[in-house]
Amino acid sequence: MASVSALNSPTTAAPKASRSSRRSGGRPRFGRTAVLVIAALYFIGPLVCSFLFTVDSDPAKGFTFSAYSQIFSVAGLWPALQLSLLLAAATILVVFLLLIPTVIAVRLGSPRLRSVVEFVCMLPLVVPSIALTAGINILLRWGTEYLPPTPFWVTFVDMQNGSFPVILLLAYVVMALPLAFRTLDSGMRAIDVRTLLEAAQNNGAGRARAIVTVILPNLRGAMLNAGMLTLALVLGEFTVSSILGYTPFAVWIVNGNAADDGTVTTAVSLISLMLTWAALLVMSVSGGRRKAASNKPAT
Amino acid sequence: MSTIDPLAPTGAAGADRSRRRLRSSLRKAAAGRVAVLPLLLFVAVAFGLPAVAMAYGSFTTYAPGQPSHYTTGNLSASLSGGYLTALLGSVKLSAIAALIATVLGLLLAQAVVTSRFEVLRHAVLSASGVLANFGGVPLAFAFIATLGNNGLLTQHLHLTAAGWNLYDLTGLGLVYLYFLIPLMVLTVIPALDGLRKQWREAAQNNGAGLWQYWRYVALPVLTPSLLGGFVLLFGSAFAAYATAAAMVGAGGAVPLITLQIAASLNGNVDANATNVALAMSLDMVVISVLVMAVYLPLQRRSARWLV
Repeated sequence: MASVSALNSPTTAAPKASRSSRRSGGRPRFGRTAVLVIAALYFIGPLVCSFLFTVDSDPAKGFTFSAYSQIFSVAGLWPALQLSLLLAAATILVVFLLLIPTVIAVRLGSPRLRSVVEFVCMLPLVVPSIALTAGINILLRWGTEYLPPTPFWVTFVDMQNGSFPVILLLAYVVMALPLAFRTLDSGMRAIDVRTLLEAAQNNGAGRARAIVTVILPNLRGAMLNAGMLTLALVLGEFTVSSILGYTPFAVWIVNGNAADDGTVTTAVSLISLMLTWAALLVMSVSGGRRKAASNKPAT
Repeated sequence: MSTIDPLAPTGAAGADRSRRRLRSSLRKAAAGRVAVLPLLLFVAVAFGLPAVAMAYGSFTTYAPGQPSHYTTGNLSASLSGGYLTALLGSVKLSAIAALIATVLGLLLAQAVVTSRFEVLRHAVLSASGVLANFGGVPLAFAFIATLGNNGLLTQHLHLTAAGWNLYDLTGLGLVYLYFLIPLMVLTVIPALDGLRKQWREAAQNNGAGLWQYWRYVALPVLTPSLLGGFVLLFGSAFAAYATAAAMVGAGGAVPLITLQIAASLNGNVDANATNVALAMSLDMVVISVLVMAVYLPLQRRSARWLV
């Protein structure tokens, strides 16, 4: 649901003139400062506190960075992280393969095609991920009951292989569709596809070559954004994987925390949060600057 | 592709050309469909199958080795007893958290919009975009380290003695605000930008005070955005699972429908519990559809004021 507000959409709304003459007297400004300070405390406080928690949780040991140095030796973290990164790469690949031809076709095609595709890509928003998981869960149970005598059984078992669960890949692609479609589509809107294609074809390029060598390079920014969003989604994903019994990154953090004193997993989660946010911030800042002039929010 | 055709089509050649153009445009339309086909197929399989299975499962019985048959028992079970408590708990938590986040988000957005500092605006918008979409497990951990039983503030301020507990509905609500307020800021800032200076000046010229301006001009204009934002926040809080599960554990003491579904799916106690979990999922989908049905028109309506 949260993904309805695409990360980069409202940032692009150019600031209107409404700001200038609101400074009427001292009271509202005092109120504004108070609001901003309280907000800053609330949003930054937990991050600072959890950092202090990781370096100074045990009064006997005092100030120590051991939680951070243990990250490299703690059991199970690397396999979990590898699984998450592998799934993320595969998800991004599948999302691109499915969506890039679609956004190009939608841009060139009829309005009806567009509304169909938009509807289909927004469908996952009305099925919360836990409900999707429940559906997948029941499918897997039926499969275990009815498929063994059939030739599909091998494929079915392979799909649930713990080292690369295709079933998670499918769920992640579905979950990434709404945000990725919005991002790629607004990226396509910013370029004049028709003119670019005509120009390329007048210069003798075939349609496929024109798309690969002319359209795709122009879509690079939007592809980067969609890829980053998908990466963040997969790295943080907990619902589907935990219920279906896999242990990617986020699930490892929670399980690890239940087992030991929690400073190491808190440190890991803090680092992952910082890295994700840094990537997304860089993306939204650069994306916002570039697109500010061209398009309005997609919604 | 040729938009300007210097040679007017005449005679047989013209007919041939127009036929060719027709054929090429047909081919292009077909190419569009073909390009979209993989996506549609994928969604039909990866999304459609689980969705249909969920709907089918919530209306049928399940017992190993016996044929399943049609029933509404799962749905009525999902709306009674502990399951109903969980559904109501989710609705209550989401509604209250969304309401608080709507008010606080509006205040924060107004503070940002009226600020002179362009940097502040960009910082808050970027941070909001990030915070609104990605929290989950790390967010829960940050709050556990801060306000949990062994949390920094809990220990230093002796909050447990004062009756503080992070692991109940109040605590969850406090954590949910961390991603709900940014979501509200994102939703309402475009609307605040749409409030024109002239309206305020016109109100002042007619003798309206600050309160009257907000009561009779600004809030009525903002109402669709605020309502739409509230509904969106509600849906977002309602569907949240990871944060709650990481904080209180699946099937913990807090009655939430997402935790209840997870507990029923994982537990091997009762085979039929899975089908009740499917029925609960269907309840969630119905509520999400309602949320969307309210949100989309409101969103379109509020877009009217954004020039």
